[in-house]
Amino acid sequence: MTQAQDPILTARGLVKRYGRVTALDNADFDLYPGEILAVIGDNGAGKSSLIKAISGAVTPDEGEIRLDGKPIAFKSPMEAREAGIETVYQNLALSPALSIADNMFLGREIRKQGFLGQWMRMLDRPAMEKRARDKLTELGLMTIQNISQAVETLSGGQRQGVAVARAAAFGSKMVIMDEPTAALGVKESRRVLELILDVKKRGLPIVLISHNMPHVFEVADRIHIHRLGRRLCVIDPKQYTMSDAVAFMTGAKVPPEAALAA
Amino acid sequence: MSVETTKASGPQEFEKTLAASDTSVASFDTHSRTPLESIQHRLHKSPAMVPLIILLLSVILFAIVVGGRFFSPFTLTLILQQVAITGMVGIAQTLVVLTAGIDLSVGAIMVLSSVVMGQFAMHYGVPAPVAVAVGLLVGALCGFINGILIARVKLPPFIVTLGTWSIYAAINFIYSGNETIRSQDLETTAPLLQFFGGSFKVGGAVFTYGVLLMLIMAAIAWYVLNHTAWGRHVYAVGDDPEAAELSGVRVDRMLLAVYTLTGIICAIAGWALIGRIGSVSPQAGQFENINSITAVVIGGTSLFGGRGSILGTIFGALIVGVFALGLRLWGTDPQWTQLSVGALIIVAVGIDQWIRKISA
Repeated sequence: MTQAQDPILTARGLVKRYGRVTALDNADFDLYPGEILAVIGDNGAGKSSLIKAISGAVTPDEGEIRLDGKPIAFKSPMEAREAGIETVYQNLALSPALSIADNMFLGREIRKQGFLGQWMRMLDRPAMEKRARDKLTELGLMTIQNISQAVETLSGGQRQGVAVARAAAFGSKMVIMDEPTAALGVKESRRVLELILDVKKRGLPIVLISHNMPHVFEVADRIHIHRLGRRLCVIDPKQYTMSDAVAFMTGAKVPPEAALAA
Repeated sequence: MSVETTKASGPQEFEKTLAASDTSVASFDTHSRTPLESIQHRLHKSPAMVPLIILLLSVILFAIVVGGRFFSPFTLTLILQQVAITGMVGIAQTLVVLTAGIDLSVGAIMVLSSVVMGQFAMHYGVPAPVAVAVGLLVGALCGFINGILIARVKLPPFIVTLGTWSIYAAINFIYSGNETIRSQDLETTAPLLQFFGGSFKVGGAVFTYGVLLMLIMAAIAWYVLNHTAWGRHVYAVGDDPEAAELSGVRVDRMLLAVYTLTGIICAIAGWALIGRIGSVSPQAGQFENINSITAVVIGGTSLFGGRGSILGTIFGALIVGVFALGLRLWGTDPQWTQLSVGALIIVAVGIDQWIRKISA
């Protein structure tokens, strides 16, 4: 495993309360370079609160998050993005009527050089389209003719591809993917899983949130099991079965000491 | 990729058959389309096509039934003059509708601003440029109030602007004492207010500065919407505000800016309105809110936000202008204009719904 290296991102003792509900109860989290870490947990276990804390969508009440050893406190997803943490949301966060290129650069458009860009605020469409095309080709998503095609004319898997390509293009530290296969058919899911492995090959660590155990066991290097607002254990998918994982997740079985220590 | 062989926990049994299936899922395939589907796709790409075609057809139609009188440079530029105000307010309305909002108070803001300009110039004795500036400021303030209520207090745009429409209209009448400032008085004291009524001739064609202003405003709005990040964000906000927010667009700030800008554009239209009618009248332009929405809708901009164009709105305003003048020259009852505009609105929305059903 990759444990010998220093983690990219660590979280210690995260607490998040919503009124009387404690969504995160001293949760810990570690992500190592180059790995795919799956995060699983029952509904209401606090998975999304954990992920939102890391991606800047919520600010934890207590606890510490460190990126590359340096403490960070994101106040918005924008700040997390600037720090190199990209998130592929379950709803993809794409703008259907805008083109593929416009979507990939939404919120961080490239402007032309000189007077046109400085004073006229003119977008550099050719540059954006070229980078979008390069990225999609790199991920094998492109037998393309039309990068200026509206996203709403694409299929579900293609849209997922655009969202993943956007994250991979801008994520310098890590990519978080929230249920990337939940809305897809069997065939498209398979393509997206390959895409996830492709992104990993490029050296970007990935946090994968999923309910789909076969998918999790297929691609994950380690599995973080979240239960009752905290990290219950981290297991190696090669040493445990899916039913073990589900049993840990639901509390039907207590994980061994070794996994707890991880 | 050969996930299947390298990983111990490979695909599920039921997924095995996939190995032989087409792997180019995420490619952008082009299956053959029926002619109707290609039309749908083309219209989807350039939403201003429908109003442009309707505009050309209606010009040809009236050129045939009315004859040379209609097809003269004079008549055609007269239509431009008649739609200039609606066009300007329509540009503002387009911005709002693109964000999936609506502004019913545009007409009231326009008139209130023009009344403020007139009152300041005539009754407070301030120099005309200052009076104009104050009028623009009032327009901006009206729009800003709409924006705060919509973006910060999160009230629905329809309700907010329905309310402020009444409020701004009432302020307009109370403030002006329902008094019209006569054209002659303006001419002697503050001719600047009538500036946009001035005109120049090119052959038989007559252009007012108001028409020129509308065309310049349309060009600027087109540029901003299509070639700046801010413009793309306007579309993104109307398309899916949540997605826009997650992509890093500050949605509430954007809405505030759009409604404030709308107020300013309406105030500029108010200035041009003084030029158009010569005097400052609190009664003028009462239906510009409805006219501008009509132009926007006939122009192919979707009331659900996120798609449409400035060009479409200008075409939409021109279509109404062509029908109004064409039918009048033809000698029909003016109600026929109302009737055909109503029919056009319904056809336009029908076409919009059809285009939105596009699939890959």
